[in-house]
Order: sequence, then structure tokens, then C-alpha cells
Amino acid sequence: MRPVLYVLSFLALIALGFWAYRENYATQAALKEVQSLQRQIAGLREALSIQKAEWAYLNRPDRLRELATVNFDRLGLLPMEPGQFGSAAQVSYPRARLPEIDFPVDVQGQAFEGEGL
Amino acid sequence: MRTPLRPLARILQARADGLNPDQIERENLRLRHEAMREKSRARAEFRLLILCVSFVCAFGAIGARMGLMAATTPVEPRASAPGAEILAQRADITDRNGRILATNMTTHALYAHPKVMVDPKGTALKLAEIFPDLDPAALERRFTDGRSFVWIKKVLSPEQMQLVHEIGDPGLLFGPREMRLYPNGTLAAHVLGGTSFGAEGVHSAEVIGTAGIEKALDARLRDPAQAGKPLILSLDLSIQATVEEVLHAGMTMLNAKGAAAILMDARTGEIISLVSLPNFDPNDRPNPLVDKNAEPGDSPLFNRAVQGVYELGSTFKIFAAAQGMELGLVGPETLVDANAPMIWGRHRIKEFEGKNYGPLLSVTDVIAKSSNVGTAHIALMIGPLRQQAFLKALGFFEPTPLELIEAPGARPLIPKKWPEIVTITTSYGHGMSASPMHLAAAYAAIANGGVMIKPTLLKREGATTGVRVMSEATAMESVKMLRRVVTEGTASLAEVPGYEVAGKTGTADKPKKTGGYYDDKVINTFASVFPASNPQYVLIVTLDEPLDNTLSQARRTAGWTAVPVASEIIRRVAPLMGLRPKLEPPAVDAVTAASN
Repeated sequence: MRPVLYVLSFLALIALGFWAYRENYATQAALKEVQSLQRQIAGLREALSIQKAEWAYLNRPDRLRELATVNFDRLGLLPMEPGQFGSAAQVSYPRARLPEIDFPVDVQGQAFEGEGL
Repeated sequence: MRTPLRPLARILQARADGLNPDQIERENLRLRHEAMREKSRARAEFRLLILCVSFVCAFGAIGARMGLMAATTPVEPRASAPGAEILAQRADITDRNGRILATNMTTHALYAHPKVMVDPKGTALKLAEIFPDLDPAALERRFTDGRSFVWIKKVLSPEQMQLVHEIGDPGLLFGPREMRLYPNGTLAAHVLGGTSFGAEGVHSAEVIGTAGIEKALDARLRDPAQAGKPLILSLDLSIQATVEEVLHAGMTMLNAKGAAAILMDARTGEIISLVSLPNFDPNDRPNPLVDKNAEPGDSPLFNRAVQGVYELGSTFKIFAAAQGMELGLVGPETLVDANAPMIWGRHRIKEFEGKNYGPLLSVTDVIAKSSNVGTAHIALMIGPLRQQAFLKALGFFEPTPLELIEAPGARPLIPKKWPEIVTITTSYGHGMSASPMHLAAAYAAIANGGVMIKPTLLKREGATTGVRVMSEATAMESVKMLRRVVTEGTASLAEVPGYEVAGKTGTADKPKKTGGYYDDKVINTFASVFPASNPQYVLIVTLDEPLDNTLSQARRTAGWTAVPVASEIIRRVAPLMGLRPKLEPPAVDAVTAASN
């Protein structure tokens, strides 16, 4: 009985060692992946901030003003004027369209029938 | 095996020998006790040993771990929380709508290790080709004089970096840098100020603010906990650009040396636009002037709106009128003595171009016609002490609390003594100097129904509280008077249909450094409030040494210079702020009280 117990516990020890070894390497792989993902995130963030800066640079008021002047023929953009305010009543709403009558049903006299007269 | 205490054989033997058998029993008992004691001692010793070993192991493990932790270099825990900010950088600055005013860009710095350089001379020549501002001879000297480290360039563009790579010398190295970028160029340059590198290392460099809000709020911008949150200013990018455009055009047309404009929300104290011309590019901040004789205002770095402390001229008259009404000394229609010239001691108080609006003028007309004498009489009714207290309440005795590093340095110039002649001159804006920002804050108090709100460059959330400096009725009457200045008085060019501009002009001669005043150099100011029926915004326009010579006669009064510029600004900017023009009700004929 006793030798069997010894062998079993030894096998259990080997199994546990193997498990710990695998876990260790899996953890290290996961950490490495996290690190590389974080590096990727940092890179993307950096790219994003540069793109934001470029967007701001391309949309700077000086440049937009120049572009509006150069492309005046096509766009016809002018600075906003007080006279351009309108009132809500000036907006023409599309006319509400009534649904068409598909199946006309004559309902005259039905009420009387229902009351059993 | 247990030995009996009284073995029969020995007892019998002892009895036979005539000895006491009890002795045998005692002897055996002693032996047994001795054996028992031996056994328990061995067990205790064994236990102590185990305990000792385990304690040694435990403390040894803790000690070893501590030693290990102390000896190894610290490392960042790798599995940190997701979403943690990775780039510790200076926070962005945005306008009130989130459009970027200042952000960061990664770039590289170039440095050299001359000791590992293969060809110092050739490298120096090639570097000078890439960077024309570097002197190849000086560079070569620095490469060969035995030092082991040389900074070459603080910031490189990617193209330049590629060219340096192509030199291929192992002694040339790059360090990552974070650079401050102002994508809008000169826009709001005086507010933003600028940055430079502080402590520099190979792997990183500190970016520190050198002027403007970058320096004033440096700690907030560098705070790693708030790095992801941009600093939101009260400025509006489009409005700022428009004001700059119009002001620049006005400044050029009127041949002015400089100009400043402040647009402020009277209700919240937020500065929507702050312009000072000439301006500069904060990406490439010019050096301050070194010439001792140069006036500070000659440098483009000088913020005229905040640092420029000028005598603001007749724009001050409304304060005398408002205080007179607040104290119940005068009403809008009270007639005051306006007989010019007024003699006070050795001084003669004259009107513009020696006119005489007198002998009597209503307070409203004193403001509308900008009568110095009329204002002087109101100020004398108020008296020096009350006048000082009122101006102090309006913030004219302290630097403005604006979030700019330049603001605390711009102290108003207050006369040390306050005799009655100072009371008289101060009432029409001479003898004491303040910045346009002070004027904006004081006019905002009038526009805001008499409640003084501290001006700010940061976007304000929620309700604002202020200090009441005059009653609502007085403030309303004052705005009405200012409106009369535009409809019937000196600022008739300020009329913008639909926006009911109310304001006051001011023309002050520039003081000479040597004392006295210039005859042909003036500062023109127009302080305005709009729309008059429900004042929301305050606009101050200041022009430095303008000259209108569109007509035959050269004109230097604010009514011909600052006023048209201000009206154009309002015409362009008010729609951008979503302010709807409204048709003014036709003027009701004044009802005259008639007594029987």
C-alpha cells in the first residue's frame, strides 16, 4: 500500500510541476502581449495626436479664409452678415402629403345592423 | 517494558538481609522518573529545533526578498490597468468649442558623441549643409576639442532627420522630444505665450511655458493626472480670427503703430477674444528687445490689451456719471455747469478743440458730447474719497486677475496723492493709467446690471457670482447714456443696424518719457456695450497712434479711428456669436413734465 502511495504522490508532484511550468510561460506570454499592445496603443495615440494637430493646422482660420477667397467662383462664400438671420416662418416646410385612399369601404348603415334593428 | 517498583525477588532478598525493602522501591521510582525526564527533554529540544529552523527560514526569506527588492532597479509593473495614460505629456489647450490652440508633437533632437565619431570634419561640413544656421568651423572645433557630448539641434523635422541618418556617422545620435505646436500660427499668440525646453536629457526634455497662459498655468498643464484633459479657454477661435482680421485691416488703414481689442461676455466674465497687434508666432517666439531705449510697446511680444497701461481718456467719464447717479447727486437730465474753459487753481480745463458746450448741459449730454468740464463738475460733487472708492471697486487700483503671467505685472498707474485737481482729471481719464483689460472689466460691470465679475480666460461652467458695485437702475441709465453717445454723440460711426451699440470714445495724448504730452501722438479707445436693450457683450478697441487722413484734414480722434473699427468688428462678430439683429423701436418723443 505504501509504495503505491509514494508513486502516486511522486506522479502528482511531476504533474503539478508541469502545470506550474506551463502557467509560468503562459503568464510571461500574456505579459509580453500586453506590453506589445500597450506599445501599439502608445504609437496609435501618438499618431492620433499628430493627426489632430494636422487637422487643426489644415483648418486654421487663415488658410480657410484664403481657400474661400481662391474658390469664391465655385463656393461663393462670404463672411456672415447680420442680414442673413431669418425667422423660422421663412423656412418652407414640405407640404404634408395625405395618404391615398386605397380601399374605399362604404360604412353607411352598418351601425344599425350591428344594433340588430 | 515496565519494571515493577517492588520486584519480589529483590524484596525477599533484602528482607533476608535485614535491609529496608522501601529503599528498593524509592530507588526504582527515581530511576523511572529520570527516564521520563530524559524523554520529555529530548522531545522539547527537538520541538525547539523545529521552531528555530522555521523561524530562521521565515525571517531569512523575508530578509532575502527585502534585500532583493532594495538591490534591483525598480521596474514598472507590466500588467498595468488598461487605458492608463502612456504618454506623459503637456495637456492640450483648446478654445471654448474644443478646437485645438496648442498641442504636442513628437520629434527628435540631435546630439553627438564626438569620441566615437569616425570623421568629425566631414560630419561637421555635411551637418552645416543640412542646417544652414550652423557654422561648420565652430561645429568641427566642438567635435575635436575632447568633449564627449555635444548638443547639435533641439528639434528636427523628419526630412532633416533622414538627411542626418544618411551622413551615417555613428557619433550622431537622436533623442526623442516632445514639441509644443501652435497650429493656428499667430492666432491668440499673446494669450498662449509660448514654451521652451527646460531641463534636457537625452531621452526626454521638459517643456515649460515661457509666457502667457502657458506659463501662468504651467503647473496645471504639466500635471500628469490631468494630462489627458485639455485646458479649455474661453476664447472662440473663429471670433478671435475675425477680430484679428478686422483689427489688422483697421490698424493698417489708419496707420496705427499698434492695436488691441477685447471682447468679453459681460454676464460670465469670459474673454471671447483678446487681440494685441502687432503679434508674433508662438511656434517661433522672437527674442525680447534688448535695447534699453526701446519702449516695451515696440516689441511684438508686448500684450497691449493686458500689459499696455495707458491713460484711457474720456471712456472714464461714464464712471463719474454713473457714480453721480448712484449717489443721487445727479439724474440723467440734471443740468450741470459745463461752461468752458473751467479755471481750477492754476489749471484751465478745456474742451476738445476749445469748444464750449455750456453754460449748462444735462448729464446725458455731458456724456454724449464728451464734455470735460461737465464731468469735472460731477466729479467735484462726488469728491476725491468716494471717487477713489468707486474706481477701486471697479478694479482700477489692482492688476487684472487674468490667467496670464503678464497680468499681475501690469499695475495701473495711480497718482500718489489725490487732490481735487486729480479728481477732476481722473474723471475724464487723465492722470491715471490702466490697461484696456481694466476698462473691459469695468464696462462689463455696467453692462451686467452693476455686478462686477472677474474677467477670465478659462471657460466658466455654471453660474457666476460677482460683487455689486452699483444699482441695476444706475447701470441701466448708464447704458442708455452710452447709447446716446452712439445715436447722437461722438461715436455716430459705431451704429450697427440691429445691434444697438452703446459706447464711449476716448482720445488721450501719449505722455512723453521726459514729461508732458505729445501733440500728435494719441491713444484712441472705444469702449462699447451691445446690444443696449439687453447688454451681453463688451468690446474695447484701442489704437496706438492712429491717423485718419482719408479726408483732407488729418484726424486723430477716436470717433474717426477706433469707432469705425469697433463697429466693423461688431458687425462681423455678432452674427458669429448667434446674436440676432433686432429692429429698434422708433424713438418715443420725450415726455415733458408740465406744471400748471
